[in-house]
Amino acid sequence: MVSSPSFILEVRDLKKSFPGVQAVDGVSFGIAAGRCFGLLGPNGAGKTTTIEMIEGITKPSSGELLFKGRPIGRDFKTSAGIQFQATSLQEYLTVRETVVMFASLYTKRADLEELYRLCDLTEFLDREALKVSGGQRQRMLLAVALVNDPEIVFLDEPTTGLDPQARRQFWELIRKLKSQGKTIVLTTHYMEEAYALCDEIAIMDHGKIIARGVPDSLLRQYFDTVTLVLPTGGPALTAEIVATAKEVLDRPDGLEVRTSEVNRTLQALIASGRDLSKIQVRSSTLEDLFLHLTGKELRES
Amino acid sequence: MKLERLRSILAARNKEFLRDYSSLGWNFAFPVLVVLGFSFAFSGREQDLFKIAVVAQPDAALSSEFLQIRHIQKVDKQESELQDTLQRLKRHQVDFVLAPAEQGSGLRYWLNETSPKGYLLEKLLLGSVPEAARLQVIKGTVAGKEIRYVDWLISGLLAMNMMFSALFGVGYTIVRYRKTGFLKRLKATPLTPMEFLLAQIFSRLWLLVSVTAIVYTGCHLLVKFTMLGSYFDLFVVLIAGSLCLISLGLVVAAAIRSEEFAGGVLNLLTWPMMFLSGVWFSLEGSPNWVIQVAKVFPLTHVIGAARAIMTEGATLGQVMPQVTALGAMTLVFLVLGSAIFKWE
Repeated sequence: MVSSPSFILEVRDLKKSFPGVQAVDGVSFGIAAGRCFGLLGPNGAGKTTTIEMIEGITKPSSGELLFKGRPIGRDFKTSAGIQFQATSLQEYLTVRETVVMFASLYTKRADLEELYRLCDLTEFLDREALKVSGGQRQRMLLAVALVNDPEIVFLDEPTTGLDPQARRQFWELIRKLKSQGKTIVLTTHYMEEAYALCDEIAIMDHGKIIARGVPDSLLRQYFDTVTLVLPTGGPALTAEIVATAKEVLDRPDGLEVRTSEVNRTLQALIASGRDLSKIQVRSSTLEDLFLHLTGKELRES
Repeated sequence: MKLERLRSILAARNKEFLRDYSSLGWNFAFPVLVVLGFSFAFSGREQDLFKIAVVAQPDAALSSEFLQIRHIQKVDKQESELQDTLQRLKRHQVDFVLAPAEQGSGLRYWLNETSPKGYLLEKLLLGSVPEAARLQVIKGTVAGKEIRYVDWLISGLLAMNMMFSALFGVGYTIVRYRKTGFLKRLKATPLTPMEFLLAQIFSRLWLLVSVTAIVYTGCHLLVKFTMLGSYFDLFVVLIAGSLCLISLGLVVAAAIRSEEFAGGVLNLLTWPMMFLSGVWFSLEGSPNWVIQVAKVFPLTHVIGAARAIMTEGATLGQVMPQVTALGAMTLVFLVLGSAIFKWE
């Protein structure tokens, strides 16, 4: 097979089985240099296994992995930066010592002073690495991933468990990396994160990619609808209302009526005498797309 | 293999260890406490038993009554071991030596002139031999300073401390690194398993050598123990022993993921060594199978060599069998350890 020259990273028919589980089942995608690629899916979808096979941490059962058109080999480690989902570091070392230690494992190194500034570590550089806050810790681990000035950076659920403010601070950092021209592979189960950062996404479930594309065009492709959210506890929907809807879903935050004919649905709702003072109208999100494709909530695991 | 990578992992591990004050303090304090405890417990106290080395088969008519006296421990020796046994008598490791006469019937015996036990045993022997046969009993003497129990014990204690520090220090640390995912993070870098393992070995080796040297000096100031051999020879044994025990720790830590399981395996290794490698008591006089089993343990060779140097003034050449055994074991452990090593 000839590789497409426009891709910095290409994955072809990647498979991994563990005893009793097909964790990754024929995944293929290509990422253009300088883009942010999001791998989305619930826990256990196979996202981490997929990127760990690319990183060389897990051995694939089968499939092809190409970096700049060549099969990925040992030296890929020098071009890649990796932030795992869960990493513990050595005890009693400071943030600075930790970063320096990792930097000295590489021949090609980033300017560390610049890296501290980029990742906003300067205030707690001399604190013990295991005693910093969750957000600081993730920024330090990102700095560790960047010590070799990598061309491609893998971030595995970097904002899981962070509070909203720390999460947004981390997003800003990822945007800075993008502006430096680095290629980013991000896994997440936060749809708003993917929407905010990724140029392209792939949604995974049960080890397979079930949809792929630019977030907005994916949404347009699957949805020409608007969602009306009715608070729970009202009377049952009349047959007239249901007739105007494409889909009616009973979800935790209310009854969702998905319609492409908003005017007709609203008129039917008014005609049914329902109290609409608490109605919410929203356009479809990646969350809806996921539900539509898999029939389950993204964060159900 | 890149030296800089090795050096940086080594430096990081050293910092981690040196800043963990409680564990560092324990590494120094434990052996000193043990030695102090023993020097008090054994000060001025002799062992209860008379220990008699019986070489070949001495005339039963003359010796059987003597050897049936209670509270006498007999140690059987071959004819060829006579000279060695007399050396042991010199050092008070046996109290009395009994052997057949060189020709015809009769007995030969040796005692250490500086030992009160020898004097008593001589009286007992002569008392048990009929008046008429006294001429058939020939006396020999040796003289030599007594090796106290604490002189004998010190090498065992230092080696035991080394064993715990090597096995638990290396074993637990690597298993913890694996469990927390630190090893997986290192796997994502260009670091090779060999570089990582060598860094762990050097870090622990440096520690073991310094701790042992400091503890040795400390103990020497507290309890003036005997050191007859050369410090250089002892140092070589220390290095060979440390390397061997650290490598054994690496084998244990090579693939285990759970600290509890690692703890179990380490206990399974250290306890038999603690009791069967001659730390507390000499294996001499034990059943042959015990002696053979003990040779499997690296600690037996470390203690054997160190003790020979310290209490007998043995040279490196004389302890070469032990040093070679340690070297061979180290090689086997290292090859095995890096072959089964897993980052995850």
